[in-house]
Amino acid sequence: MEIHEFQAKELLAGFGVPVPRGIVAYSPDQAIFVATELGGSFWAVKAQLHSGARGKAGGIKLCRSHHEVGLAARELLGKPLVTNQTGPQGKIVQRVYVEVAEAFEREIYLGFVLDRKIQRIRVIASANGGMDIEEIAQRNPESILQTQVEPAVGMQPFQARELAFGLGLNIKQVSRAVTAILGSYRAFRDLDATMIEINPLVVTPDDRVLALDAKMTFDDNALFRHPNVSEMRDPMQEDPREAQANQHELNYIGLDGDIGCIINGAGLAMATMDMIKYAGGEPANFLDVGGGASPERVAEAFRLVLSDGNVKAILVNIFAGINRCDWVAQGVVQAAAGLKVPLVVRLAGTNVEAGQKIIGESGLPIISATDLADAAHKVVAAARGAVARP
Amino acid sequence: MSILIDQSTAVLVQGITGDKASFHTRLMMAYGTRVVGGVTPGKGGQRHLDVPVFDTVKDAVRATGAQASLVFVPPSYAGDALMEAADAGLRLVCIITDGMPAQDMMRVKRYLLRYPEKERTMVVGPNCAGIISAGKAMLGIMPGNIYRRGNVGIVSRSGTLSYEAAAQMQALGIGVSTSVGIGGDPINGSSFVDHLALFEADPETAAVVMIGEIGGPQEADAAAWIRENMRKPVVGYVAGLTAPKGRRMGHAGAIISAQGDTATEKSQIMREYGLHVASSAADLGNTVAKALSAIR
Repeated sequence: MEIHEFQAKELLAGFGVPVPRGIVAYSPDQAIFVATELGGSFWAVKAQLHSGARGKAGGIKLCRSHHEVGLAARELLGKPLVTNQTGPQGKIVQRVYVEVAEAFEREIYLGFVLDRKIQRIRVIASANGGMDIEEIAQRNPESILQTQVEPAVGMQPFQARELAFGLGLNIKQVSRAVTAILGSYRAFRDLDATMIEINPLVVTPDDRVLALDAKMTFDDNALFRHPNVSEMRDPMQEDPREAQANQHELNYIGLDGDIGCIINGAGLAMATMDMIKYAGGEPANFLDVGGGASPERVAEAFRLVLSDGNVKAILVNIFAGINRCDWVAQGVVQAAAGLKVPLVVRLAGTNVEAGQKIIGESGLPIISATDLADAAHKVVAAARGAVARP
Repeated sequence: MSILIDQSTAVLVQGITGDKASFHTRLMMAYGTRVVGGVTPGKGGQRHLDVPVFDTVKDAVRATGAQASLVFVPPSYAGDALMEAADAGLRLVCIITDGMPAQDMMRVKRYLLRYPEKERTMVVGPNCAGIISAGKAMLGIMPGNIYRRGNVGIVSRSGTLSYEAAAQMQALGIGVSTSVGIGGDPINGSSFVDHLALFEADPETAAVVMIGEIGGPQEADAAAWIRENMRKPVVGYVAGLTAPKGRRMGHAGAIISAQGDTATEKSQIMREYGLHVASSAADLGNTVAKALSAIR
C-alpha cells in the first residue's frame, strides 16, 4: 500500500525524523490560509499524488508570497499531473501540501528496503541526493553506502553513524542524521513498511537535517495490525476496479486487452495470461480468485471483470486444490446466467466431475476446455468472433 | 525414503480444528499420510478426526513422536506457530498460510539460526500448496489424484501451476517423486536451491521441474547453483512474461522491482545455465519428456 508525501512525513515525524513544517490544503484559499498559519516568507506548494518525479513534472512550486501560493495551488488543484510514473493521462491532484521552505546546503539520499536476497532490511545512503537511486547507481555507484540490519537486535546507532560519517557530515550534522536514520528505521520496522525513501534528506546551513521528501510503501499483508496506516489509503489514487477488488478480497489488476481472466493461483493466472498472448490475444486483467473461492466470490469476480467495457470474452481457468470445482461451477453458473460475452471454462482437480456436471446441466452456452492450450485458443477465437459490446 | 516426507513420516496439523484444516487433514489421511495429532491451544485433551489434539507443539511431539507439521493458522499467528514448531524440534514444518507479514518471516528465519544447522527445522512456505510424495504422503492442499508416482521432482513458487505441471506429466505417463511448493512470498522458509539439493541426492528422482515467476533472485540463484552442483536435468519455467512492471501479481513476492526480476530475464538466465526452459506453460509436460529421454 502506498501513501502520500504528507502522510509519510506525519508518520516519520512520530518517530523523531525531522520534517519541515507543513499543512495540507484543498483549495487555493486554504493554501493561502495555511501559508499564513505556517508563517515565514518562503513556501513549497507540492502536489500530493502517489508518484515520484513530481518536481520534474511541475508538481512542486516554490513561492515567495501568499499570492504566489494561491496561484500555485490554483494551477495544481483539480488538474491531472503527468509524471513518468502516472501514465500519459496523469493523476488528478486532489490536495496540495504547503510546506515551509528553507535553504539547504546538501542533498542526501536515504533509503530502506526489505531486501529479498539477503532477507534483511537494507539501508542505503548516498551523498548524491536529489537524483533517482537508479541514476545514482549508474552515475556514481561508488557514492552508495549500505548497511544491513540484524533482525535479532535491530539497527544499531553505530550503523547510522557509519553512514553519516561516510557521507562526510560534521559531528553536529552526524548526530542529527543518526536521529533521522534510526527514526526512519524504527518506522520501517514498527509499521511493517516494505520501502522508505527520503530523497533528499537535506542539511541546512545551521547543521540541521530535514526530510525534504518522503515516500513510504507498506506490506499489504501487515495492514491488519496497522489500522492507522490502512486508514491512510487513498482510493482515488487506485484504479476503481482494483479498489473494489480489494474490498472483496480478490486480487485484480486492470490491463489493456479484451480477454477477461478469472483464475485461481497467481502463478497459473500469470501463465494463463502468457498463453493468451501466445495465442494472439490480449488479457484484459489479472484476477486471482485465491483459495476457497465461494460462489459469491466467483460471482463478484465476474462482476469485476465485466465492469471493464473492453472485455469481449472471458476465460475461467480453475485448477482446484483448496478450491472445489463444484463450488466454482456453482458460482460460474450463477454469474453466467445473463452473460452477453462468450465464456470459456476450464476446470481441473478436486471434485472436477461434479463441477463439470453442474456446468453441463446448466443449459448455458459455456464453451468447455480441457487443458491450458485448448482454453487459451478457444477464448482468443471467441473474442475475435464476438461482436463489439453495446 | 522420498525427500521430506513419506508414508512413515509422523505428522501434526497445527490449527487442526479449523474448517480448512479439517477439510484438508481428512484428505491427507485418505491419501495415506500418517497424521498422528493436532495442536490447537485450549483444545488439548480432545480428539478431532480421530487423532488427539494438544495445547502445545511440545506436548504433541512428546506424546506422538511427530517429526513434521502442517501449519494452518491465520497470518497474525503464523510466525509464532513456526517458531513454536522449531523450538519443539520438528525437522520439517510446512505452512500453507497466505498473508503472513514479510518482516515476521524475516524474524522466523533469524530465529531458526538459533539451532545448530544439523538440528535446524526446514520450513516450507508460507503461502504454498504444500508437499506431496506421490503415492506415499501429502502434507498440503493439493489434489492427490493428479500425481502419478514416478521419478520427476517438482519445486515451485506457484501451487496451481505445479498442479498444471503434474497433470501434464501424468497425461504423458510421467510420474512425480515429490512435489514441493516453496510459496509465493518474498521471504520464504526454503528456496529453490534448498530443495534442488535434496532432489540431487534423492535416488528416486531422475529430473526436476523448477517453476518460478517474476520477482526476486531465487530463480537466478538456483540456475547458478544448478550449473555448479547438479547432474540431473532441470526443466525451468517462469510465469509472468506479460506482467507489467511494479505491480504485485497476486503473490506478495510476484513483483518486478529490480533488475533481473522479469520472466524474460530469468528464462534467459536459466537457458544460459543449462536448464531446459519450457517455451510456455502448456509445454511443461513435453519439455520434461524431452529432458528425460535425453538422459537415456
